[in-house]
Amino acid sequence: MPPVHREHGPEQRPAYVLGANRIPFARAGGPYAHASNGDMLTATLDGLVARFGLQGERLGAVAAGAVLKHSRDFNLTREAVLGSTLSPETPAYDEQQACATGLETVVSLSNKIRLGQLDSAVAGGVDSASDAPIAVNEHLRRVLLDLSHARSLGARLKAVARLRPGDLAPSVPSTAEPRTGLSMGEHQALTTAQWGIAREAQDEVALTSHQRLAAAWESGFFDDLVTPFRGLSRDANLRTDTSLEKLAGLPPVFGRDLPTPATMTAGNSTPLSDGASTVLLGSAEWAAEHALTPLAAVVDAEAAAVDFVHGVDGLLMAPAFAVPRLLARNGLTLDDFAIIEIHEAFAATVLTTLAAWESAEFGRERLGLDGPFGTVDRSRLNVHGSSLAAGHPFAATGGRIVATAAKELHARRVARGDNAPVRALVSVCAAGGLGVAAILEAA
Amino acid sequence: MADTYLDLVNHGLTGKLAQRLGLPRPAPLRRHRPGEPLLDGPLLLLGTGDDADALAAVFSTGPDGPGGPGGDRDAPGGGAGPAGDGPGAAAPATAELLPPSAHPGSTEPSSRSDADDAGSATTPVTSAAQGAAEVTGWGLEVHRHPLPGLRYAAVVLVLTTVTHPDGLGGPVLEAAGVLRGLPSGSRLVTVSRAATAEDAPAVAAARQGVDGLLRSLAKELRGGSTGNGIVLADGVPATAPAALGALRFFLSRRSAYVDGQLLAIDSTAGALPDDWERPLTGRVAVVTGAARGIGAAIAETLARDGARVVVVDVPAAGEQLAAVANRVHGTALQLDVTAEDAGARILEHATGRHGRLDIVVHNAGITRDKLLANMSEDKWRAVLAVNLDAQLRINQALLTSGDLTDAPRLVSLASTSGIAGNRGQTNYATSKAGVIGMVRATAPLLVPFGGTANAVAPGFIETDMTARMPALTRQVARRLSSLQQGGLPVDVAETVAFLASPPAGGIVGRVLRVCGQSMVGQ
Repeated sequence: MPPVHREHGPEQRPAYVLGANRIPFARAGGPYAHASNGDMLTATLDGLVARFGLQGERLGAVAAGAVLKHSRDFNLTREAVLGSTLSPETPAYDEQQACATGLETVVSLSNKIRLGQLDSAVAGGVDSASDAPIAVNEHLRRVLLDLSHARSLGARLKAVARLRPGDLAPSVPSTAEPRTGLSMGEHQALTTAQWGIAREAQDEVALTSHQRLAAAWESGFFDDLVTPFRGLSRDANLRTDTSLEKLAGLPPVFGRDLPTPATMTAGNSTPLSDGASTVLLGSAEWAAEHALTPLAAVVDAEAAAVDFVHGVDGLLMAPAFAVPRLLARNGLTLDDFAIIEIHEAFAATVLTTLAAWESAEFGRERLGLDGPFGTVDRSRLNVHGSSLAAGHPFAATGGRIVATAAKELHARRVARGDNAPVRALVSVCAAGGLGVAAILEAA
Repeated sequence: MADTYLDLVNHGLTGKLAQRLGLPRPAPLRRHRPGEPLLDGPLLLLGTGDDADALAAVFSTGPDGPGGPGGDRDAPGGGAGPAGDGPGAAAPATAELLPPSAHPGSTEPSSRSDADDAGSATTPVTSAAQGAAEVTGWGLEVHRHPLPGLRYAAVVLVLTTVTHPDGLGGPVLEAAGVLRGLPSGSRLVTVSRAATAEDAPAVAAARQGVDGLLRSLAKELRGGSTGNGIVLADGVPATAPAALGALRFFLSRRSAYVDGQLLAIDSTAGALPDDWERPLTGRVAVVTGAARGIGAAIAETLARDGARVVVVDVPAAGEQLAAVANRVHGTALQLDVTAEDAGARILEHATGRHGRLDIVVHNAGITRDKLLANMSEDKWRAVLAVNLDAQLRINQALLTSGDLTDAPRLVSLASTSGIAGNRGQTNYATSKAGVIGMVRATAPLLVPFGGTANAVAPGFIETDMTARMPALTRQVARRLSSLQQGGLPVDVAETVAFLASPPAGGIVGRVLRVCGQSMVGQ
């Protein structure tokens, strides 16, 4: 891809995905139950360093984040860099955009590389649902803060006198939206009902995810994308022996209070997970200096947000808007993508997004098009499985998807042997009604 | 696993008790540390002829070459008189341990003889320089005959001119005189010629006699001292790169756990390194099975010696593998060596990332022990697949690639089980003996490129694998060698590094044991 000249701003150059590393994703309370975000991110960085021989290397930047984060981890990424075998002179910072954190770090670092601010970078994400922060409850927190501010004995006694037995109850983080009090699953259940997505269709998405991820593991696809951690060498949530019958037997867990039939089960929803991922990014020059082969260029990205509090759009529907805007800007349609990665927060999230794009009404009224946005060829969708099978450690998912897509793109380019563009579309929904989509192109 | 017994018999009250009871007292072995001198004291070079003279020149000349300051300093001085005034004055006086005459072969006063030998040690420098132009000296203090009362750090017994068993007695008995005075951790190395069917019977008898001599002498040495030999093929001078490389290896602490071994030097191939401390500078090495134990030690040792290292292990061992890669500043390649395309992927990684591939160490191996009567097909096939088939297939890919043309070195891990056999290990021993056959047949294919293939056969090495042995079996296994202890992974690694080094090009398809002169097998 030649440098793009825009009317305003500095000259740009391509930014490439050069490689990646993640640890196998575990279910919460599993083998990583006692691993902190820092432990997992450091190990994942060290695996990346080992794969690419970056010991002692001063990279341009490492940016990563976590959704469930202890307040003490305010400098999580920098601490992980200091604990890793990278040069301690590698700058680092934390980013956070809910479940889009991983993808957003890839996008923002790529932009810095495109602008020439960085030559190399590592984008990452980590999350532990096992080692989630537990805080004192809000009342106790107030009392303790007042106590620490109290200057006189009287003021101290007054603060202490406000303590109640109920203050012992801790404040545990949940996936509930602060503005609605509904969990993510309950939000998706509303959207699932809104779009009339059937249980069987969701179970099929889940089954395909497990089958494709299992096949990828079996073929060694992840041999240079994953490094084992704490004795786990494959994604723990992966069920190689699952079937439509088994999935059909699971009881619904979300949307049980709705008037419509409840369709969302533990089988077609992602479990709470632990894990971390990293993506190595760089310019063509930096890649050549380090004898690394670029896998894919990070071409463009678009974020969107929906008003799920007052509007008609579901909490996880922002990608349905981000993708059409992104493709329009780049003059592309869904058919121009060899690979389409839609994060499987729930099987129904993928299906409601596809349904919205296939809907003429949605296209006209919500996207401002003449008709439906388009149809995704299912054979191009999540070709090596996605979060339903792999698990979903929130901030780590973006890195997992970008790594999988970039490697697959490069393999397809090599297999084709010509210069025809081979593209991937990556879309990740996130809490707060957020969504980020990005375009990768095989290098 | 820690050898508690070794610690007990070497320290304090328990040590004294062990001494009184006459229990075996294995000596703690000293290993190589970068920057330390090759030897702690003077070297005694016995024997006559061109080989002995040329070696004396190499050993004694300083790194600056003949005539340089080192050369003068290190040759025994003409003024060497009584022991107290000689160059060995600083060494502890051990005259009482020496026989009355330290010069069985000479009636001359020792001082004059030494002066003469000092001359003979330096005069043949030119001929040595002709034989191997790039030889730079090792700067050792070399004596051609023992000085009374001196404790020699090493004895080199050059027997290449012996043509009749009668000729062995002189130099051998001269060496005998200094044995009691050898400090712990000393080195004895024989240099002899290979006995062949074409030799006159008396010549072959004398040459083969060295075999029994060395193996017995190694068993008599104490205090962690070792005895090893190099056996030169016809026409190969003692200053051939492989001969010098092997001599230096046997003299150094790198060979701490190699004992009682005779290593054949087959040709003049190989090159002397610019820097003996980092002989692998500029070389790219791949080590399979590198996540733990011996493989990890090999990776660390090759990196210490200057190589850029690619560490390979199965994906499931990736966490430990990454740690090793980061320790040695190399790259990790998660790969099952039994994969059909393993050779191609190793080549692609090494040449793609590091520009070349020079050294491949086939270390990955598994055991699935069962008496043959109880052996399942799975256990038989798994061991053969990893330990032998994978090496054959990878070597085939490497050899046909055309990428390994700059003096490549293949080093395979065999085992003493493959030499002596081991009950319950028919599958393992088959694979390891197969490795020995494989390197013998593979090495000649690499000779046109200045390359070679060799095998290392570890004996009892302290690893996770041997730590799982029953305690009593483990104790017995440790003591059943001349050094009366197990080796460490680094001992195997040092031997691998030697066979992977530039000088080793003249060692073609051989097996070197790292077993502390185990009582089993040859």
